[in-house]
This record gives sequence, C-alpha cells and structure tokens, in this order.
Amino acid sequence: MEIGLAHYLTVSAILLTLGIFGIFLNRKNVIVILMSVELMLLAVNINLVAFSAYLGNLVGQVFALFILTVAAGEAAIGLAILVVYFRNRGTIAVEDIHHMKG
Amino acid sequence: MIISTIAFYLFAAMTIASAFMVISAKNPVHSVLYLILAFFNSAALFVLLGAEFLAMILVVVYVGAVAVLFLFVVMMLDINFAELRQGFLQYLPIGGLVGLILLIELILVVSGWALSPDAIRVGAETAPVVSDLTNTEQLGHVIYTKYAYLFQIAGMILLVAMIGAIVLTNRQRAGVRRQNIAKQVYRRPEESMAVRKVEPGQGV
Repeated sequence: MEIGLAHYLTVSAILLTLGIFGIFLNRKNVIVILMSVELMLLAVNINLVAFSAYLGNLVGQVFALFILTVAAGEAAIGLAILVVYFRNRGTIAVEDIHHMKG
Repeated sequence: MIISTIAFYLFAAMTIASAFMVISAKNPVHSVLYLILAFFNSAALFVLLGAEFLAMILVVVYVGAVAVLFLFVVMMLDINFAELRQGFLQYLPIGGLVGLILLIELILVVSGWALSPDAIRVGAETAPVVSDLTNTEQLGHVIYTKYAYLFQIAGMILLVAMIGAIVLTNRQRAGVRRQNIAKQVYRRPEESMAVRKVEPGQGV
C-alpha cells in the first residue's frame, strides 16, 4: 500500500493528542509538561515536513527549522526558570505556583 | 516500495509508543529517555519523507541539546516524584475525554480533506524542490536568499534564550575568593614590602 500524506498527518495528529493528554495527566509535574510541549511541537514539525514533501514546496521545511529553533530556546528558558524556582522554594509542584498573582 | 511501507509503519508505531511512554512513565528519567527514542524515530520518518537535513538537525538539536538538558535538570534537582504523581488517576477521565475528542476531530479533518490543484502550482512557483540538488543545498538556497531576515531573527532568538538562561541561573555565592585583577595591578611596592636593617647576631 502506498504511504500517502494522510498517513503522516494521522501520525502527527496522534502525537499532538498524546502531548495534550500528557499535560492533563501530569498536571503537577512541570518537567513532564515541558516534555509534552516538545512532543506537540514535534507533531507540528512532522505535519509541516509531510506537506512540504508531498506538495513539492520547500517552505514547509524552512518553517520547521524555525520551529526547531524556537523550541530549543523555549526548553532552555523553561528549564532555567524551573531551576530558579526549585532553588527558591524546594519544590516544583505546579499547584503551589500562585504567589505571583499580583 | 514494500520496504519503505514497512519502515514507515515501524517508525510511526515506535514514535507513538514512545510518546505514550513519555507521558505515562513513573520515573521522569525514563520519560526523557523515551523522548529521545521518539525524536530518533521521527528523524527516521523525516528521512523517509526526503528531508534529510531536518532529520539530522532533529538528532543534533533535540537529542543532543534539548533532551540532554532535560536529563540534566531531572537528575540534578532533588525532587520527590512520587508526591508529584498523586492525583495521576484523578485527571485521567477528563484528560482522556479531551484527548479523545481532539483526536476524533483531527482524524475527521485528515480524512475529509482534499488538495486544491492551486496549492501544488503555488508550491512549484514559490520554492520548488529541485531534484538534481541535495536537500541540504536546496534548503540553503532558500534560507540564505528569501528567508535571510527570518534566519537572522532565529539567531537573535537563540542569543536571547542563551542570555536569559545564564542570567536566570547565575548566582553569586558569598564566601568565595575571586581574583581581583585591578587590585593586583594597582598594588604598589611600598604597601607590600618593607626594608629592614638587621644587625648581626640580633635578629629582626
């Protein structure tokens, strides 16, 4: 059977759903939430690359490259904030983070 | 043809299975390792699609930098993960419901979708895939000409992320002796030396 665009789109849809499901499931653990966000960005990248390959258009791959850049920056900043928070409070439970309400 | 079909199903199944293990593993270290496995398998999917450069970038950037960063943070912070897992089953029904609805919607979109012939024409006009160049060369021809400004902005984003991470995690500890070069350079002989005339047999 020929592998078409719909196959890749289905894989990326399942991956995105797993990412969202992971955010709901691990509501207290910020590290796993950040990993779920990475999974969702990976799903978006698969989508863009699949469209780029099947439409014969390179712009999708260029865009996926920029998403990769932003994802790397986001992970670095997020983990840095996490480390500072842990150093100040000794825990990373998300539910305790309501001290900055204003 | 049959080999590429088998390869697609293998890599897709591995990607989804390891993504599921990322969100359901008990130990976050295992989560990170499964995340690395998911990245490797989706890099293989990219190779199947003909995007070799992005596949290699995925391995280098995600596996080499992001996943190892996660691994460092998970292993260096002394966190009670068992406590964080309380209420895991409490969120299962609502999370599963939202996920299922989203998945059904996405699959409906994917299956009830048709490609406009205009889309292929526009793609062939803006940045066509040239078959006699490698994927890396084609991407270079597009990025460094049409998308040069976006490329610069991506570099600025990485710079800001780097400075932000350093500023956030840098801390000055008290009681650490540091070298003060200016102080050393401005030291005069008069403050540090004294010439004594010592008589024989008397000592200082």
